[in-house]
Amino acid sequence: MEPKEIFEKVTEKFGGKAVELQEEGFRPAFVVVSPESVREIALFLRDDPALKFDSLMCLSGVDYKDRFAVTYHLHSLSVGHQIGVKTYLPREAPSLPSVDMVWPAANFQEREAFDLYGIVFEGSWDLRRILLPEDWEGHPLRKDYKYPEFYNGIKV
Amino acid sequence: MKARAEALPTQEMLINMGPQHPSTHGVLRVILRTDGEVVVNARPDVGYLHRALEKIGERVTYAQYMPFTDRLDYLAAMNCNAAWAWTVEKLAGIEVPERAEYIRVIVSELNRIASHLIAFGSFTADMGAFTPFLYAIRERERINDLFEDICGNRLTYNYVRIGGVSADLPDRFLEKTKEFLDYFEPKVPEYNNLISYNKIFVHRLANVAAVTPEDAVGYGLTGPNLRGSGVPFDLRKNEPYSVYPEFDFDVCVGTGERGTLGDCFDRYMVRINEMKESVRIVRQAIEQIPEGPVMAKVPRMFKPPVGEVYFRAENPRGETGIYLISDGTVNPYRLKIRAPSFVTMGIFEKITKGLMIADVVAVIGSFDIILPEIDR
Amino acid sequence: MSQDPAQSGPGPAAGPGSLGPEAHVMVGNADKFINWCRRSSLWYLLFATACCGIELMQAGASRYDLDRFGAIFRATPRQSDLMIVAGTITHKMASRVIRLYEQMPEPKYVISMGSCANTGGPFYKDSYCVVKGVDLLIPVDVYVPGCPPRPEALIDGIIKLQKIIDQKRNFAAKA
Repeated sequence: MEPKEIFEKVTEKFGGKAVELQEEGFRPAFVVVSPESVREIALFLRDDPALKFDSLMCLSGVDYKDRFAVTYHLHSLSVGHQIGVKTYLPREAPSLPSVDMVWPAANFQEREAFDLYGIVFEGSWDLRRILLPEDWEGHPLRKDYKYPEFYNGIKV
Repeated sequence: MKARAEALPTQEMLINMGPQHPSTHGVLRVILRTDGEVVVNARPDVGYLHRALEKIGERVTYAQYMPFTDRLDYLAAMNCNAAWAWTVEKLAGIEVPERAEYIRVIVSELNRIASHLIAFGSFTADMGAFTPFLYAIRERERINDLFEDICGNRLTYNYVRIGGVSADLPDRFLEKTKEFLDYFEPKVPEYNNLISYNKIFVHRLANVAAVTPEDAVGYGLTGPNLRGSGVPFDLRKNEPYSVYPEFDFDVCVGTGERGTLGDCFDRYMVRINEMKESVRIVRQAIEQIPEGPVMAKVPRMFKPPVGEVYFRAENPRGETGIYLISDGTVNPYRLKIRAPSFVTMGIFEKITKGLMIADVVAVIGSFDIILPEIDR
Repeated sequence: MSQDPAQSGPGPAAGPGSLGPEAHVMVGNADKFINWCRRSSLWYLLFATACCGIELMQAGASRYDLDRFGAIFRATPRQSDLMIVAGTITHKMASRVIRLYEQMPEPKYVISMGSCANTGGPFYKDSYCVVKGVDLLIPVDVYVPGCPPRPEALIDGIIKLQKIIDQKRNFAAKA
């Protein structure tokens, strides 16, 4: 299915929660949705018989300088099409519902986004730092991150 | 008597399978809670090799990032190099000469054989048979010699460049590759005769940690792990890229021949069979490779157009995806690497419930994870 | 009497109570003997973190056999006397490296293999979580450069370490 058709299907079910379709210069195209509706739209994308997006390829956090974003790249093994879903979040206290009950593959990648960006995924069954030590301060992949001088006495 | 044994109170033990361990394929820590020998909960703890490759990507140029992709999955360094090159070429719309694409496929498939040889060698060493490891390294050293001819290094190559490859094939490379393939092809049935159907080996692997196809897709397993559960999905066939449509090869799928579909033995046999298919692909590539240039014209300070792209390639461990955001400058804006081993570790905690401690080692080996990919 | 060992045969028969020319006698001090034993059986701890670990494994395997130098890999630090730090050390791993070093019994030696263990390697400039050299954590005897070093370079490092061991004095010098 073409990205425009997928966008129309999501809009006719969820109305204004699907905000826009980013197509030019984006491969695959992105359906931008509002943060609170991520989980219900994800369930619809997975279960609808025409869409059947049963595989989450990649979940990543992005820091556009004025706001954060979380992007989901989805793929359907049976039908064969791909789509991206993006939500924008404010820089202070970014949080959105977790999708790890829709695609269990999301859990580790959400923990990574939390670790490196500080984005909180509500309802996740396990949200802890995964790549950095437990007592690390700060979220390194943010664009305004300052490297610490010392960590436990060793120069960084 | 049995009722009295079951009424005995037992206590759980907390064992640390630490970052330094011979069987964890790197610095993986598994926190085991066991009831005697049976595992109640096995939680993986990763991050001991987190080297900030994504942050480094935002500070160097596109061409300068190529050596860092080598260190991402060093057993399949050519594949990772090529995945980065294909991503940037997809973003910028660069046309790669056909000879360069054939060379990329030849080295990628040779690297797939080398990676599966180490997976086979270290897996059998974990199971207790040390000798196959020496046989596998003997074969892998010959592939290392071929790569040393091409680019000078045995492990981290930096050979594939954005726009092509860095240098043309040296003299007699194709003959030497053909000699290696003729030498290697009878080795795979030899390995099967030596160890694959050995009664103890099969007994240790069959019916251990079977992954159903629905779980495999839901948890994001890819590559040999997904095909071992019976799902015939191979990126080289289903979403072909580069010159893979020109080649004729089969997709190896697990069949549950010695136990349940999707157990450790299936994943192991998929890797053994994939080595045979890679030999077929390289033979066809050697026949079909055209003459021509090996590098497209790419400017020195390369600035791709603004945009976002996601590309995925079939690496020996699964599907490596790179999500690249460019803002028009010489440095990438955001570079996210979707590493197959990282996503595979998501199923680890679920699949190890109820296994014995020795089976945990079999599971780690059969998933063929590699830590720098997990930790980036 | 010519004593050319290449030409002479077994030599005259020795009488009882005297040492004939075939007797194998080593004359030296205790230091020489102890150092000879120690350098000929360096058991190394399998501490492979990253890419250099594969070169370490290949150095110990079929083609570049480390076993001919008496060096066998051991999985536990309690039974090894050489730690080859192969690969990048991150801050999360640093405390474990120190703990492993302290678990090794004396006399112990450390070889730092590869750029990452020497100085932080390609991650020196921009990485926030890599320890810039394992000698910030534990004392190092031999540094082997390379990214990754060839197995021959590692063998050269082990031979240099053997030469260092040969020079050691095990008994306190006279005041």
